[in-house]
Amino acid sequence: MPLNLDTYIGVHATALQLRSQRTEVLAANLANVDTPNYRARDLDFKSALAAAARTAASPNAPVGLATTSTGHIPGATLEGMPAPELKYRVPLAPAIDGNTVDAQLEQAAFAENTVRYQATLTFISGKLRTMLTAITGQ
Amino acid sequence: MSSFKIFDLAGSGMSAQSVRLNTTASNLANADSVSGDPNQVYRAKHPLFEAVRAGLGVNAATNGVAVRGIVESQAPAVARYEPGNPLADSNGYVYAPNVNSVEEMVDMISASRSYQNNVSVLGTARDLMLATLRLGQ
Repeated sequence: MPLNLDTYIGVHATALQLRSQRTEVLAANLANVDTPNYRARDLDFKSALAAAARTAASPNAPVGLATTSTGHIPGATLEGMPAPELKYRVPLAPAIDGNTVDAQLEQAAFAENTVRYQATLTFISGKLRTMLTAITGQ
Repeated sequence: MSSFKIFDLAGSGMSAQSVRLNTTASNLANADSVSGDPNQVYRAKHPLFEAVRAGLGVNAATNGVAVRGIVESQAPAVARYEPGNPLADSNGYVYAPNVNSVEEMVDMISASRSYQNNVSVLGTARDLMLATLRLGQ
């Protein structure tokens, strides 16, 4: 049976990509904790992963939009799959300057995302080790 | 993997917060720099932060934070009656800067906490990337 490494690792490769993107979004929120009128954003991991899985299963591969001017809004794609839609966080206590970043909430989300990223890394690592064991036969 | 962007992101946050710390330090240092002319006295300075967007649209990534400029407080200078002061004007008044020390101290603590947040984001991102590099070993 010919083995495809992409399908062998399965959903974890996509998950890792999405987790890494979410790290960026949360880091942007934390960097803009004191910026007036900044709206905190987040990525819905569950629906983003489901969308990526649907795209992978469908025969019609997504196509990115070409942009010829810096003013063009790009048709967002993330390395072959449609980029997940970023959503705005509903603030618990919006600041008077229009900033909706809650530093504690963002830190908690960042820590949670970090742990899940490392979990995904562990899954991939385990799969690769399994494969290595099969190859060496030890 | 595009995670290298996190270093720029957290770096921009750190640099913005250090500008804020700098203005706070300047305001506190000049809190007692009196002058005989209310138009020439030192004015409290505050940085103006702005988010840097990578493009247009809802999905455009945020590339960090930038300091758009430093604004001076428009609050009036504090007049003090000190006829013995060599800087006093003809009516015996000297003018102290409109620096609110309590506000500045609070601002300093807030800037310092935000800076620490960015440092820890940077450290975590570095650890994650190193772990990704070691994948399969």
